[in-house]
Amino acid sequence: MRKFTVKTIVAIGIGAALFFVLGRFVAIPSPVPNTNISIQYGLLAFIAAVFGPFAGALAGLIGHFFIDFSYGWGVWWSWVIASAVFGCLMGIFSSKLKIDEGEFGVKGIITFNVAQAISHLLAWVGVAPCLDILMFQEPVDKVFLQGITGAIINIITTAIIGTIVCLAYAKTIPQKGSLKEEN
Amino acid sequence: MNNLFNYIEKESPIHGLTGATKLVCLLLWSLAAMTTYDTRLLVVLAIFGIALFPVGKIGVKDISFMLWFTLVFLVLNTVLVYLFSPHHGTEIYGTCTYLFGLSGHFAPTAEQLFFQLNYILKYFATIPFVLLFVCTTNPSEFAASLNKIGVSYSVSYSVALALRYIPDIQKQYHEISQASQARGVELSKKASLMKRLKSASAILVPLILSSMDRIEIISNAMELRCFGKNKKRTWYMAQKFKPLDYISIVVCALLLVVSLTLTYINGSRFYNPFIR
Repeated sequence: MRKFTVKTIVAIGIGAALFFVLGRFVAIPSPVPNTNISIQYGLLAFIAAVFGPFAGALAGLIGHFFIDFSYGWGVWWSWVIASAVFGCLMGIFSSKLKIDEGEFGVKGIITFNVAQAISHLLAWVGVAPCLDILMFQEPVDKVFLQGITGAIINIITTAIIGTIVCLAYAKTIPQKGSLKEEN
Repeated sequence: MNNLFNYIEKESPIHGLTGATKLVCLLLWSLAAMTTYDTRLLVVLAIFGIALFPVGKIGVKDISFMLWFTLVFLVLNTVLVYLFSPHHGTEIYGTCTYLFGLSGHFAPTAEQLFFQLNYILKYFATIPFVLLFVCTTNPSEFAASLNKIGVSYSVSYSVALALRYIPDIQKQYHEISQASQARGVELSKKASLMKRLKSASAILVPLILSSMDRIEIISNAMELRCFGKNKKRTWYMAQKFKPLDYISIVVCALLLVVSLTLTYINGSRFYNPFIR
């Protein structure tokens, strides 16, 4: 279990700032008009995998809150909380990964992607629609359709971007026993 | 940075409130508006919220862009609700009154229209207040106020850090993206979707790696200054409570109480005019 250190606090702050910048200013146009692909969840998955569930949850919560806050369309607590839930679950499921020690092989990639897929499904098909129904009493079909679409898009983007980022980060860290004695 | 969050610096009673007060009010208000579906209370909240704008000296011009965005969102959602379940109102209110002599799956019922009216009112009850909060609260004071309402100071400090580094990271992102585009990385609609995602990560990788270095540097600096050793810390942007602060909190708390009482009296979250 990782301890709640100063580094975690800073990681939450910087993670939330990155989440905000990616979510607010980096809009990749998608084939569906008026929808953009949100790449920030790839980053959030990475932060959660490296710094643990606490950092993941809070970075998602703060980052998503600021995105809503800056658009000024009102804070959608149900989706903000779902972001936090995703960060937290991702941190829990991927706690066995050792990306910060430079280990991220085929096994790591599989664990990472299974973890992110499950977390996305739980967050967007489980938590977000239920909160929507609780708070706004919206019709069930509509919120679940929104949730499932969101989950699928997020799983794909996280699979591509999250994996690439994890691979790149793991490469920059020298692994244990990577030095060889020369004769 | 202040521009980013639409903060508008002015002298007004609402700007004069402390950040903590506004945050507490926002939470109480959102809770009140979220629990109730009572038409009467929603109307009161909507009118009250809009009436606060002149008090805060915020004009329509300042928020026109956000208003448009919200309206589009609202229309889309309303249409979606109707398309997906045109009989949601009937389920909630328990009666079914067809209008205009039509019947069938998509025929309008009085209950459905009443539900959708409530749905729209609910937006109008919450959004003006949030807009007002966004326009009148200094983001830097926001972190200090979080600590004041009982969030532990390390978490408040994370919020402050995020606010501090958003402009830096934004600038860095811009630089990296320009450099990559000069090397031929395509992000616009000309490239295929997969290609765009891949080129996005070409920008992301340097951005995230340099951010990891940044995390290292900042946490070392904070540790050297013994961050987290004491139980409390003071905030530069924190303000003292004035009488008006207490009054506003009490008013918002009362709204929440009214909302809960109405839910109790009605026996559900809905005000039902169809059953007498």
